[in-house]
Amino acid sequence: MEDKMEDREVIISVKNFTAAYGANVIIDNISFDVYKGEIFVILGGSGCGKSTVLKHMIGLYPPASGQIIIEGEDITAVEDEKKIGILKKIGVSYQSGALFGSMTALENIMLPMEEFTNITTDMRKLIAKMKLEIVGLKGSENKLPSELSGGMIKRVALARAMALDPEILFLDEPSAGLDPITSAELDQLIINLAKNLHITFVIVTHELASIYTIADRVIMLDKKVKKIVATGNPQYLRDNSKDPWVRQFFNREAEVQTAN
Amino acid sequence: MSANKPVSVNAELSYQKAPDGSIVVFLKGILNSDTITYFYKELTNLLKIEIPRKLTFNCKDITYCDTIGVSLFIKAAELARQNNYGYEITNLDKKYTQLLNLFHPDTQEAVGEVTIKETFIERPGEDSLILLADIKENITFIGQATIALLLSLLNPRKVRWKDVLVTSEKVGVNAFGIIALVNFLVGLVISFQSAIPLEKYGGTIFVADLLVLSTFRELGPLMTAIVVNGRSGSAFAAEIGTMKVNEEVDALTTMGLDPIKFLVVPKIIASLIMIPILTVFGNLFALIGGLVVMITLGFPPVAYLNEIVSAASYVDFLGGLFKSVFFAVIIAGVGCLEGLKTQKGPAAVGDSTTSAVVRGIILIILFDGIFGVLFYYLGI
Repeated sequence: MEDKMEDREVIISVKNFTAAYGANVIIDNISFDVYKGEIFVILGGSGCGKSTVLKHMIGLYPPASGQIIIEGEDITAVEDEKKIGILKKIGVSYQSGALFGSMTALENIMLPMEEFTNITTDMRKLIAKMKLEIVGLKGSENKLPSELSGGMIKRVALARAMALDPEILFLDEPSAGLDPITSAELDQLIINLAKNLHITFVIVTHELASIYTIADRVIMLDKKVKKIVATGNPQYLRDNSKDPWVRQFFNREAEVQTAN
Repeated sequence: MSANKPVSVNAELSYQKAPDGSIVVFLKGILNSDTITYFYKELTNLLKIEIPRKLTFNCKDITYCDTIGVSLFIKAAELARQNNYGYEITNLDKKYTQLLNLFHPDTQEAVGEVTIKETFIERPGEDSLILLADIKENITFIGQATIALLLSLLNPRKVRWKDVLVTSEKVGVNAFGIIALVNFLVGLVISFQSAIPLEKYGGTIFVADLLVLSTFRELGPLMTAIVVNGRSGSAFAAEIGTMKVNEEVDALTTMGLDPIKFLVVPKIIASLIMIPILTVFGNLFALIGGLVVMITLGFPPVAYLNEIVSAASYVDFLGGLFKSVFFAVIIAGVGCLEGLKTQKGPAAVGDSTTSAVVRGIILIILFDGIFGVLFYYLGI
């Protein structure tokens, strides 16, 4: 399986990337590639910098050093029009949803279409409704985010991230706070979109069940060394990783006290 | 007919009419956000001319179709249902069919676009109910806050003095610069403006009388209160409002901590200490503003000072300070109350902040008027 991946087209390439908040280094010189159409999961214990990596990959923060190349363009180096060009190809759904509180669910999803396409209003409405249907929220079109539950907000956020049918979707903890059924449906949706539309997914998550179902490849970050400690297929890592911590993580075991 | 087709993109719609009134539409190329408008316009133009017996899409030549592209089929299905003709999709690639199957054909209809129409009788009725509830809430809050404040004063060790100190720094120390500047400028402007007419009567020195009385009795406390209200009343409302939105206020309640005692009392105490102090400094800087004008008009500072001392009494000064104590309660009380009234969502915090500032200013000016009348009848 690993070999087959090597032939595939690289869509995101992270090279010698270091992230730091001030003098506090979070991620120390890591490199990895994401292939087109794969579901790529970033894993790690709490506070290891998963979301930090994600936020750098979408160009929100400049890295301390290194390059993040999305479809041939270094997102850390481009500005203005070119950056918007890259951003139009990606969709992001944030941990807390980040819906605009003054707009209804439907308006939240229609916003990117209004700004970036010439689609007519009634088609925009229809498409936005379809996106809501995909995430299982038919009938919540005219609700404000304050009237939605936490899980519903996440799903609207996912629908908004998909509004323009981007090539790459970045999802930060998409299934946290969802019930198991909705969560499983979301997994199926992600697989469906990756398989049929060749959308590339970069997902930050903790949900093991979901990781085994959807992930083609994972990278695992460690807080102590600030580097990638494991790369590959999750089932393979669970059974064959040499690192006991990685095996514990995948088997959901408590940490064993070691000498150091 | 294909005038609005995007030039650079591969997309084409053509059709064939059969003698029995059915139409076969051939879709070619890419169906995505760039081409959907073209396809949609072509299709509606075609259907505008005549309503077919049956509409068939031949999708043999579709090279790419995403969810935005799929919306074309859903729209067409909807039109077919509305106008009662047959509808079919043929030769659509399996992977796009899977995508299409994610959607129920009635997606378009399933809209809960509920608009509740209010009659002209309902509206004022509802508004008065809201107003009454608001008044009740205000009175309740005043009662709760008064009790909490009195209890705290009876039992000072229960007060969170650390919060009081932090708030005092924010409300008082950090506001010193703007209070000094505003009052200095007001003193300067008033002196300058009144010097011009008073000069005609040879009474320029009475600028000092006018300035010191108006500053001590009215402008010093009022300007200080309005600036602090804008600075800190809004901050109180935003802080407590954000806590409300984040369920922090609920967390306090379930921990058995009274939000009013925990959040409101320290802010009221801090304001009660700092606002009168700021008012004293405000008065001082207004008089300094007057001094600058008097010096430029050729009066020695001593003459100005003597005039001030003879014109104003402690009663004027303390009367102003007395008002500033009430203003302090209004600023902290209104700010905290509006914060606690915050509904859900980020826009709600903005609303609370606005109404804290607006209601604060209205109440400050209202009470200033009441005190004006009261002082007059009391002969102060």
